[in-house]
Amino acid sequence: MTSPLAIETRQLVKVFGTNRAVDGVDLRVPQGTVYGVLGPNGAGKTTTLRMLATLLKPDGGEALVLGHNVATEAAAVRQRISLTGQFASVDEDLTGLENLRLLAGLLGFRRRDGRARAEELLQGFGLAEAAGQQVKYYSGGMRRRLDIAASILVTPDLLFLDEPTTGLDPRSRNQVWDIVRALTRGGTTVLLTTQYLEEADQLAERIAVIDHGRVIAEGTSAELKASVGTSVLHVSVLSADQREPAARVLREQLGIEPYAEADPTALTLQLDDTRHAPRALNALTEADIPLRSFSLGQPSLDEVFMALTGHPAEPETDTMEVTA
Amino acid sequence: MSDQKLAPMTEPETGALFDADLQQAISRRAAPRRPGPVSNATMFGWRALLKIKHVPEQLFDVVVTPIMFTVMFTYLFGGALAGSTIDYLQFLLPGILAQTVIFTTIYTGVTLNTDISKGIYDRFKSMPIWGPSPLVGAMLGDFLRYTGSSIIVVLIGLLMGFRPEAGLAGVLYSMVLLNVFAFGIGWIFTTLGLLMRTPGTVMTISWIVLMPLTFASNVFVDPATMPGWLQAVVNANPVSHLVSAIRELMAGTATLSGLLLALALPAFITVVFAPLAMVLYRRPR
Ligand SMILES: Nc1ncnc2c1ncn2[C@@H]1O[C@H](COP(=O)(O)OP(=O)(O)O)[C@@H](O)[C@H]1O
Ligand SMILES: [Mg+2]
Repeated sequence: MTSPLAIETRQLVKVFGTNRAVDGVDLRVPQGTVYGVLGPNGAGKTTTLRMLATLLKPDGGEALVLGHNVATEAAAVRQRISLTGQFASVDEDLTGLENLRLLAGLLGFRRRDGRARAEELLQGFGLAEAAGQQVKYYSGGMRRRLDIAASILVTPDLLFLDEPTTGLDPRSRNQVWDIVRALTRGGTTVLLTTQYLEEADQLAERIAVIDHGRVIAEGTSAELKASVGTSVLHVSVLSADQREPAARVLREQLGIEPYAEADPTALTLQLDDTRHAPRALNALTEADIPLRSFSLGQPSLDEVFMALTGHPAEPETDTMEVTA
Repeated sequence: MSDQKLAPMTEPETGALFDADLQQAISRRAAPRRPGPVSNATMFGWRALLKIKHVPEQLFDVVVTPIMFTVMFTYLFGGALAGSTIDYLQFLLPGILAQTVIFTTIYTGVTLNTDISKGIYDRFKSMPIWGPSPLVGAMLGDFLRYTGSSIIVVLIGLLMGFRPEAGLAGVLYSMVLLNVFAFGIGWIFTTLGLLMRTPGTVMTISWIVLMPLTFASNVFVDPATMPGWLQAVVNANPVSHLVSAIRELMAGTATLSGLLLALALPAFITVVFAPLAMVLYRRPR
């Protein structure tokens, strides 16, 4: 009953009232890889994951997880998956060690084995010192790591990580990334959702970009970038009042609409032909607009998202995890 | 432990995890044999125990009000109501015991709702465990809470001079009756805990229901001294039946009919609300 795909969904739908939170999602996740689901807040990432983890019944379509239908074979799916939700699902009143021992016991570890396994995970995840402390005193990063540890007491064939690093500082984020990489080396398939393009770029072999409950693009990071245009031109003028004239020149000379970056002196253009770049530079020089920088490169995933949806992907303000 | 001293090494300046330890932690681990329902429920019982150990306030919060009532009513009104404070305490304490345990049942719903709102039930529900085991295990914690809070109240009573005629046996039988009664009405709060959005709402609604129920009863005064219409209300109140049964158990004069009358309400609630709670619990959110 093994399928070459860890996850396969066809036209998956979930409706809340009149809100089509997931609106016909098709996913094909190969086994043994990290697969990224990238999308802004409210795109339908969590809802999709909860359906795949048998926590939510789909309203339409079909989903096979490790070859089992989530709607009719939920128990078989649960045997082989693990879920780390968007908000830490560990018991705040219990210590880190108690949390892991409880879950180990539920999974059938004998007392001593459960304790040994729990201690091993705490040690590996840099939580040995905090093992005896109540989780309510943990930092956001520590909680996250405990949460992931709780999901891999028994090695799952497929691990769902819902926004594993949202709100974490860079150091904690790196630690989570280390763990994810180590897990895939061990053969676990990881499906992670993220709002961070860098994260998808760093970890995921394939990425599905979702927006308003639909997959709007799918592929490797390189494929997504290539689909937008061969290259991206970054132009930075000396002062903000020169950006508008520069944009006008570029629009007229190249027939491409420049995108105004958040930086008031920066412009971005998607070029389908790199030979446009020297023409742009000439035109700006002739118009006597001095430049601070001028560079040609591969589009970032940010730009991919912008090109696909017409709006930026990054949340305006970092949604920090609420830690008591 | 010696590896405690090594622990800081796992978090060097760069923030990278100690590689050998990480490898060891993520190395492939097969699932043990899947445990049965009893084992699953026992683990949740252990969790409830741990929570009482870490948050003992949950026991004291619920007994503070009843103890205040016991002290206040006994010394302020005891003389006037029953002729002497000691006589009044004999009358009052079984009622306070019932009130305490009834208030304690609120925690059943509040703890459940807290778990759900914190996402912990998502983890339990996505694990291959016996479905109702979290609810069943939580009941073990409830029994401990009911027993714990009644022991506190009885001890305070004994200190103040309460002397049950049926002795220790009377106290023990009373505790059993209280546990059964609380188990029954606990299903209402389990249902509320599954329905409401926040633990705060569960708490508020529970108080609104329980306050009038425990006060319009025979806990504090003999209904014989009340106006006729109120007597009718108090005598129909199931809390009064419970209190009467406990008074009789403590005095060694319990009757089967009195006990059955006390158990009618919890039996009825269990029959109606337990299946409802199970349906609500299983429903995918
Ligand atoms: N339980 C729910 N009831 C009603 N609407 C919901 C529920 N969960 C999510 N939604 C809605 O569905 C949409 C997708 O939400 P979600 O899957 O949480 O997005 P994401 O995880 O990508 O931020 C949002 O509009 C959200 O408000
Ligand atoms: Mg989400």
